[in-house]
Parts: sequence; C-alpha cells; structure tokens
Amino acid sequence: MADFMVFAETRGGNLRTVALETVSAARQAADASGGGTVHALVCGAAGVAGAAEALAAHGADQVHVVEHPQLAHYNAESVAATAAALIQSTGARAALFSASVEGRDLAPRVAAKLGVGLAADVTAFEVHADHVTATHPVYTGKAVATLRLVGTPAVLSIRPGAQPAVEHAGKGEVSSLAPALDPAAARVVVTEVGARGAAKLDLGEAPVVVAGGRGLRAAEHFSLMEDLAAAFGNAAVGATRAVTDDGWRDPADQIGQTGRLVSPDLYVAVGISGAVQHLAGMRTSRVIVAINRDKDAPIFKVADYGIVGDLFEIVPRLIEEIRARKAAG
Amino acid sequence: MKIAVCLKRVPDTEMRFAIAADGKSVDTVGLKFEISTFDEYAVEAALQLNEAHAPGEVAVVGLGPDGLGEHLRKALAMGADRAIHLAAETVPYDALAIARSLAGALKEQGFDLILFGRNATDTGSGAVGPMVAELLGLPCVTAVSHLEISGATGTARRELEGATATITFPLPAVLTIDEGIARPRIAGLKGIMAAKKKPMEVRPAELGAEVLSIDRLALPPERQAGRIVGEGADAVPELVRLLHDEAKAL
Repeated sequence: MADFMVFAETRGGNLRTVALETVSAARQAADASGGGTVHALVCGAAGVAGAAEALAAHGADQVHVVEHPQLAHYNAESVAATAAALIQSTGARAALFSASVEGRDLAPRVAAKLGVGLAADVTAFEVHADHVTATHPVYTGKAVATLRLVGTPAVLSIRPGAQPAVEHAGKGEVSSLAPALDPAAARVVVTEVGARGAAKLDLGEAPVVVAGGRGLRAAEHFSLMEDLAAAFGNAAVGATRAVTDDGWRDPADQIGQTGRLVSPDLYVAVGISGAVQHLAGMRTSRVIVAINRDKDAPIFKVADYGIVGDLFEIVPRLIEEIRARKAAG
Repeated sequence: MKIAVCLKRVPDTEMRFAIAADGKSVDTVGLKFEISTFDEYAVEAALQLNEAHAPGEVAVVGLGPDGLGEHLRKALAMGADRAIHLAAETVPYDALAIARSLAGALKEQGFDLILFGRNATDTGSGAVGPMVAELLGLPCVTAVSHLEISGATGTARRELEGATATITFPLPAVLTIDEGIARPRIAGLKGIMAAKKKPMEVRPAELGAEVLSIDRLALPPERQAGRIVGEGADAVPELVRLLHDEAKAL
C-alpha cells in the first residue's frame, strides 16, 4: 500500500484540468499498490474549497484546503513549504505535481526542501517497494529515459495530457489546513495575472490543437486556422517557431522544443514541414494529421493521416466537412 | 551588479541520435555539443543587465567534462568576465546532486542574481535552478521572459499557460530565463581574443550521493508510418471519415 500527495493546481480559484489528471494518476497508482490513501492539496483565496468535490470525484480521499487572501495568485514560497510539510505529515510514498509552468516551479523546491529526488515531466511511473521508476522523454523527444528514484518520498511532475483525467470516486473527506509559511511573508509576490487571449482554450488543455507553419505564408492567413479551430469547437491554435519568430503569432503560441509541449487527442499540422524541434513539442499527440504541399516533408513520417496539396484549398474544405460532421452529430 | 550564469553543455539538438552500448547514455562518437539554448538567453540577459547596472561582473559557471571548457570560453567571448568549471566526467541525471554542487560553488560569493536557462534542452527538467534557490535560501522566479531591476528590487514577467504573470522580488535572487528576454549576441573576433585571457577556474564538482539515476535510455516507440489519404481538397471527406470512424478523434 502506498499513500500519495497530489498538488492540485488552480488558477483564478478554479481547478485546472492538469489537477484532475494528476489526482487520477495518483488514484490509479494507489489502487495498483493495494489501496493507499490519496491526499490532495489545494491552495487559494476564500472559496477554493469548492474544488474539493471534483478532486474527490477523481480519486482524492483527503482534500486539504488552504485558504488565504494572499494565495489568490500562485505563492511559491508558502505553497512549497505547505506541500513539503503535508508530504511529511502524511508519510506519503510519493508526491505528484503537474509538469505545468507552476508545477515545474514548485516540484523542485519541494524536492530540495525534503532532500529527495525529483523526476520531472514524466509520462508514466510505477511505485515499487524500494524505488520508483518514471518514464521521461529526453533529447527533444528523440529518446525515452527510464529513471530510478530511490528514497522516500519520491517527487514527480506529470506531463500535462500524458495521464487522462478519470472519474473514480475517492473518500473525499475535506479538511482545512494552515499554511506552513505565512503567505504574507513571501518575498516573491505575483502582483498581476493577465489572461492572454481570454476565453480561448489553452494549448496544453485543448483536446484538439491545430497548428500552422510557414506554409500559411502570411500572418493574416492564420484566420484560416482560427476558423478551423472554431469548426472543431474544442481546439486551440498553435504555431511553429518560424512563425512566432516572424511575429505572425504570439511567442506563447509556439509549439516545440523551446515552446509548449502538447499532447492532444488530435493534432492538425498545416503548412508545417516538421523540423525536429517542432516534432519535439507534439509527437506524443494521439492522432496526428498533416497537410502539406511537399509529399517528402518530415511531418508525414509522424502523421497518422496526411493530405498532400495546397492548404488554401484543403483547409476551407476541411472546415466545411468538420462543420457538417458536427452538425450531423 | 554581480551576476552568475549557470550553463549546461548539451548535445546539438540537430544531431543524429544513437544509444550507446551501455543502454543508458547517448553515443557521443561524432556528436557536436553546444550551450543549452535557454542558458544562452540567460548569458545575454546577464550581459545586458551588467551593461545597464555597471560596475559589476558576470561569472559563468558550469558542471561537466573537459569539453565544457570551450563553451564557457564562448560565454567569455560574448562578454562574461570569468568562468568556473566544476569538473565531472559526466553530468549526473540527478538535479539535486547538480544543485548541491552548484550551490556550494555559488554561496557566499555576493552574487546579486544567479541565472539559469528555463530548462536544459537535453533532459528538459528545469529543476536545478529552483533547487539551488532553495538550498541557498534565496527567492526564485522561474521562466522569466521579461526582467527589470531597480535598486534591490526586480520585476519579472513569466508566461503561464494562456496567461502572463507579473512578479516582484527582492535581490539577491535566483531566476530561470525563458525565450523572449533577449537575443543572444554573436561573439566577435575581439571578444574571442579577449576571452583567451579571462580567468577560468577549474575545480572538482564534488558531487555527493545520487538519489536519481537512469536505468535505461531507449528510442521512442516509432509512430506508424504515415498514410497519405490523398491529394488536394478532394481527399478531405475521406480524411474526416477516417478521423471519425477509424481514429475516433472527432
């Protein structure tokens, strides 16, 4: 039996999808170990306790809630201290974070506080009696490392999208927890969080990602990609580095080695040749579609389905067909 | 302002990739190495800060084998003042072991800022920077894409998924640098000549026990070879049918 501590990430008081993925991964591992307890930690301003229900539905047995006005935004110092203290007081075998921007900030701090190992950005893990193994894509996705963590607790951050969020009820007992470090005493202070492209799905959380490359030829042609995303209804628009370097799209939309790593259910690459740095950011997508006029483009080597030809003819037709398919249910 | 920048030597990301005979490492025969991309951004950010807040110094620090020396020298050619090479035959996988070694070398040196790249392009963990901050008890901001320093206070911007955070922090601090902060300069001939005379201290890395190791390094599962559905817009209905019926992706 192994107990787990999961950090449940929120933004603006709402749980992020990655929190449900992480708690689901812990539930599964706890059950595989013969039925351990899954502790979830959620921190935020007053009202964040409302997140407990969804965490319980995805497998949390004990939800520990820290509410404080100064936790409205991410407070790294206070949250790291609280997470470390909770891991110790629960005697958790392993602590799971999401390998999101926030989780990647938090997990190493917690590991260093506890003096234990961290396996970052893992896609899978297994807990054994005296060690934990974790699968970690390395060298821009060209290789996969199997890591071995010795010592307890093991700290892991889970790549967003790598583990599905699964409804599987835990006991769902909720208790409030005092922060281990006064949030008001933190030296680093988030003064503002501004949404970028409000109301749009985030690239890391969208079930469908449609991405455009140089083949689109001009910034204004990305309206085609926006239309394609809208036709899917659950898609976010990404871009290659060449495109963001040219200022056609916001740098935050870049998918690849130096941008976002995404792993959606469906990835549609439009006018993208498939440079190794781009593939590093999307090759773990479940289904990949490529549309490119060069039949020898490397993107076709990783794509499940490809269409060769002029994207300016193909994409409008695709938008039409997707709309028709959606309308037909 | 005194700034330290920590660099990692990593295989060139364009390289042809092969697993070594031990099944745990990269075959280094014929392999080219470079400074990890984000670390170069960190060097550039440090040089610009130093120019804006003179007098001061930029020290570059790395942990790795002999070959690291030429990359530290490159950072000196870009304009850094001195280098510290923590010598180790290989760079361990364990971020905490690396962080402990670096923290030992960086402590009590009076650095106002200690910079790292957001993550190394080989292992991609992004763990060493925040771990060093924790070990040294310093404030830390990760994935900084914009930075301003005024007196003993810094203001940083960091990109979250779909949002941007503005953050204030006191100096001294540890920061990890994201793309977007500054384009790394290319060292000129004058810089390259000057770098030859700049101090480079080499000393043992003093790596302690490791709690994370690598069992196996393997090539990723090959994706099924792509199927070309057809050419031109006429292939679209068949693609949509396959996505719906076969791939269950609609």
